[in-house]
Amino acid sequence: MVKATKKWWPIFVLPTVLAFIIGFIIPFCEGLYLSFCKFTTINKASWVGISNYVKVFQDAQFFTSLSFTAVFTVVATVLINVLAFAVALALTNNIKGTNLFRTVYFMPNLIGGIVLGYIWNILINCLLSLLGKPLLALNTTAGFWGMIVLMCWQQIGYMMIIYIAGLQSIPSDYIEAARIDGATSWQILFRIKIPNVMPSVTICMFLTLTNSFKLFDQNLALTGGDPNHATEMLALNIYNNFYARSGAGWKGIGQAKAVVFCIMVIAISLIQLRATRSKEVQQ
Amino acid sequence: MKKLLSLLLAVAMVLSMAVCAGTTTAKAEAEGSVYYLNFKPEQDEAWQKLAATYTELTGVPVTVLTAASGTYEETLMAEMGKSEAPTLFQVNGPNGLANWIDYCYDLSDSELYSHLSNKSFALGDDDAVYGIGYVTETYGIIVNKALLEKSGHTVDEINSFETLKAVVEDITAHSEELGFAAFSSAGMDGSSDWRFKTHLANLPIYFEYQADGIDTTTEIKGTFLDNYRAIWDLYINNSTCDPAELSAKTGADSLNEFLNGKAVFYQNGTWAYGDLSGTFTDDEMTMIPIYIGAGDEANQGLCTGCENFWCVNKDADQADIDATLTFLNWCVTEAAETLANDMGFVIPFDTAVEASNPFTKIGNDLIAEGKTPVAWTFTTMPSEEWKNMVGQALTAYAADQTDANWDAVVTAFVDGWASEYAMLG
Repeated sequence: MVKATKKWWPIFVLPTVLAFIIGFIIPFCEGLYLSFCKFTTINKASWVGISNYVKVFQDAQFFTSLSFTAVFTVVATVLINVLAFAVALALTNNIKGTNLFRTVYFMPNLIGGIVLGYIWNILINCLLSLLGKPLLALNTTAGFWGMIVLMCWQQIGYMMIIYIAGLQSIPSDYIEAARIDGATSWQILFRIKIPNVMPSVTICMFLTLTNSFKLFDQNLALTGGDPNHATEMLALNIYNNFYARSGAGWKGIGQAKAVVFCIMVIAISLIQLRATRSKEVQQ
Repeated sequence: MKKLLSLLLAVAMVLSMAVCAGTTTAKAEAEGSVYYLNFKPEQDEAWQKLAATYTELTGVPVTVLTAASGTYEETLMAEMGKSEAPTLFQVNGPNGLANWIDYCYDLSDSELYSHLSNKSFALGDDDAVYGIGYVTETYGIIVNKALLEKSGHTVDEINSFETLKAVVEDITAHSEELGFAAFSSAGMDGSSDWRFKTHLANLPIYFEYQADGIDTTTEIKGTFLDNYRAIWDLYINNSTCDPAELSAKTGADSLNEFLNGKAVFYQNGTWAYGDLSGTFTDDEMTMIPIYIGAGDEANQGLCTGCENFWCVNKDADQADIDATLTFLNWCVTEAAETLANDMGFVIPFDTAVEASNPFTKIGNDLIAEGKTPVAWTFTTMPSEEWKNMVGQALTAYAADQTDANWDAVVTAFVDGWASEYAMLG
């Protein structure tokens, strides 16, 4: 069998590679090229050199969005992972109705981001109006925390499933042995469980970090960047670049922003993968 | 056996991809065809019917695709990048044209242009005509006459900002016992805010242009912004809801309040007739000008203008361009009645038949009485960004009506205008 795969691997890989080239590599290269152009449609682009990139770095709003996105990403990543892990721990403790809880916690993940955004928009506005506070469209703080709550609600269930899988794969003799040696439950958690679920932490951190950094749907539906672009995250900022003003020049600038954005996402996830991978242990 | 199976699967996968790629290019070459990317979702059905009729009559295939509400520019960008690009599309005025001018066929020699009765409804420069306005629309304040009478007033009383204000404030004073408010909510949600950041903002711009004798400017002065504030105050403080809640109020909220008799006045245009005609008969409602206390109020008409301009894709095959021009000409000549009755369009062509829309009739009656319609100067607004910033400032002001917050509106309006014009790329 091993021999057969060795011999025939190009055939197995070919469809995926083709799909990857058509669906990813070609558009990516074209996108890279377009970031040096001004254009309205992609087949009628004229080369302008690096001026698009110069304009990106002159755009104050881009950096406001960047710092907002960075703060959001840090808060969301920490909260989602801590809470998801806590829920996973609770639900692997043989309590009654575990399966029901797991299903319920996972369910928000099945709803699309736009729909969630609009639902939470109504909920949060109702709450703010009862409290007599300015509504979401005029309230940066509420917009920020609203998005955090929304993302937590949506993502915790998903990450919980991954953590549960990680926790369940820890051989029970490890824990048993630790107990016999007299370890407290805190010690078991920090010395046995967490080191052993590090592969799950790597994947969950990666998912939450990238999801938060490139958040778009929820941002568009919940706050739309209001008030005055104060809650506009990077992806929405790029989108607004395309459509907020007319003129062929803006599309190229948006495209250049997208390239910068893409490089940032890749860099951040590589650093994160490296950092958490090094903490993983072999079972 | 397993080897064979995996080989088969791989081959099947590659083949299915090849088939997908193949089908898109296989299309019968006709004598030219028309592909219209329609902007107005409310007229989609009527356009589909018209297209089918035309194909039946001439054999020329006409495809009409309608972009989902609020996504026209995105859809157009995507469609124009395809090999089967739209032959006919639309832009929304001089600033919309800036994106698409390189794609527009010169229409100055077309028969369609020769039918255009008011050449100011064409977009272009001295050399060429890039877009031709195909529908004029009208907006103002829609009035529920029965409710107004119940409050002890009539439409005839209202002929200036002062009289409008008196009536509105009287209704507010008695709104408890009457059970309704003067204005439906001036919602600043994205589904409704264009009524104020664009349509209402048209009035101060129009009167400034009138006073200065110009059609457009890159530097607005904001001469009539105090009037803008006065009418905005009137809208938000005499309405169905607390002004602080306006940021979350939608277009549907406002419409439903009006439909359910919760408000006497509702600012909207001829296009809203379809939403209202199911509940009210034509006699039960009317439309009055938006008075802001500027200009010659005694002779002010409704706001009438055009922001929908047909453009023909110059990169299409010549046969398709010709087919499109013939189709357009047929639309405004032989199908003029369909445009008027099924779509409710008032078309600015010499072939137009009178539309059945009562709001349009009111606008025309006012013109016949010698009143001057307020032109749509909002097509000269610099960008969507400008509108959004003004809208945002208006919302913030509504929630907290201080002079400082109004200054923010003025800044967004005046300074934003200049800076956004400077940023047009």
